[in-house]
Amino acid sequence: MTAPRAIVNVPAKARKGEIIAISALIGHVMENGFRYTTTGVLRPRDIITSFVALYNGEEIFSAQFFPAVAANPFISFHTVATESGTIQLRWTGDNGFAATHRAKIAVE
Amino acid sequence: MNAARLFVFIAAFLAVANPPARADDIPLAERRSGYDQMSAALKAMQDDDTANPGMLWVLEGEALWSAKATTAGKACADCHGDGTESMKGVAARHPAYDEKRGQVVNLAGRIEACRVERQGLAPLGPDAKESLALAAYVARQSRNLPITIDEKALATTIAAGRQLFIARQGHLDLSCAHCHEANWGRKLAGLPLSQGHTTGYPLYRLEWQSLGSLYRRLRACLFGMRAAYYPPGATEYLALETYLMWRARGLPMESPAVRP
Amino acid sequence: MTMAPRTEHDTAGRRAFLRFATAFAAVVAVFAPRRSPANEVPPQLQAGSRSSPRPLTPAEIQAAVHRVTGGAKVTPGRVKLDLPPIVENGNSVHCTVTVQSPMTPADYVKSVHIFTERNPQPNVIGVRLGPRAGLAKFSARIRLADTQKVTAIAEMSDGTFWSDRAEIVVTGGACLEDT
Repeated sequence: MTAPRAIVNVPAKARKGEIIAISALIGHVMENGFRYTTTGVLRPRDIITSFVALYNGEEIFSAQFFPAVAANPFISFHTVATESGTIQLRWTGDNGFAATHRAKIAVE
Repeated sequence: MNAARLFVFIAAFLAVANPPARADDIPLAERRSGYDQMSAALKAMQDDDTANPGMLWVLEGEALWSAKATTAGKACADCHGDGTESMKGVAARHPAYDEKRGQVVNLAGRIEACRVERQGLAPLGPDAKESLALAAYVARQSRNLPITIDEKALATTIAAGRQLFIARQGHLDLSCAHCHEANWGRKLAGLPLSQGHTTGYPLYRLEWQSLGSLYRRLRACLFGMRAAYYPPGATEYLALETYLMWRARGLPMESPAVRP
Repeated sequence: MTMAPRTEHDTAGRRAFLRFATAFAAVVAVFAPRRSPANEVPPQLQAGSRSSPRPLTPAEIQAAVHRVTGGAKVTPGRVKLDLPPIVENGNSVHCTVTVQSPMTPADYVKSVHIFTERNPQPNVIGVRLGPRAGLAKFSARIRLADTQKVTAIAEMSDGTFWSDRAEIVVTGGACLEDT
């Protein structure tokens, strides 16, 4: 099975101390657990429950997703560019869902 | 040749050579994509490639483009090279007339034919995940290019599609034209009716929470009109698609579009 | 006017009627559709229709808020919840929250939580921030089942809670339909 597709926008370069915006879009059905098929069968819940952003290993942002987060979840947030390194984004959820995306940032 | 036969011959010739008069068509200069009627938030969602959910399928298609198919071991890239170059304009000129096959083929059909005949893969239909991903990837390469349909080669199919477009059908006795020609801009169930131009397929529809094909959208329309679906693979879908793309000629492609 | 005397004929007729009514009721009871798991109405639809889900009770919303605030006072202000006033479809609504805060280690926004009133459940998203954020501002795409008010509550590093509310008209609701 291929990794879920994700589109992550992290600036490649930033000045030290600059506040940068990071956005992340990941493919996921986010089945909310409240929908029924036309024959009355409940579609079981299948959502991403957690999103964590690490900057060189330290958490800079995290979110708990509930079923009210839209399908193919999009999130954007801010962080201070402190040093060059790796920004790691990690999504986890129901049915053992896990996805990780890493982006490099150069801070001068 | 007797008079009756001559009459039939002339009528047939005129029908094929001159598609039926279009007195009630939207004037070319007044045609608008459904994009114009969307809220600023949805326009922004479509315009930003890092935020447009349809781009997830384009990414998937890009991966499939380079993936070796198991049976024949060939990837799309092996014949077509860099898709961002070789596929420019392809979606904007489909449906097209395939000389070799002697039939009209749309983009999804062209992609499927390649996968079946040259890659040895099983046919999946236009709504399968792989089909949508490849269609999205190829169509994305025509973004902003004007739709160009070969009117002469496709005249019969365009005419057939137009007949379907203006025909009343279903329990509500409505035709496509009732909403999309006579009442575009007015509200239906709280949302403005578009002119129905197919500039952005395959597109991400919020109601589907997924990317979907034009055929899925046509079935949704038929459902709304309380009309029977044409069977899967029916020529009606292709005729309608051909007519709709011809009707949208000159408008820029937007794929993958976002719509409510 | 005097009542007509009861005749034997009347009594016989009443008895026949009662017998018939009892038999009819028994037949109805035997053949009436039973409540089975397949056709039980799910709780979130019971007091509403498919297109207008029942609003959450104030108790349910308060319980969700209480899990975040622990009962502490929530003051309107310092938080700005940006939602479009009207959306075509509630399946993906762009939502931005901005909180006034210097975001220094001494004074920053710890977390932000978004709640709804007419979705099947009150929580939408809970976000953890900190001084590394630089700016207490984030965006997400959320689902809204119906026209309603949405609330954002922010917890500050000093333990205080602040909020903002926004009203939004949702033309096509999310969460329950499956097209």
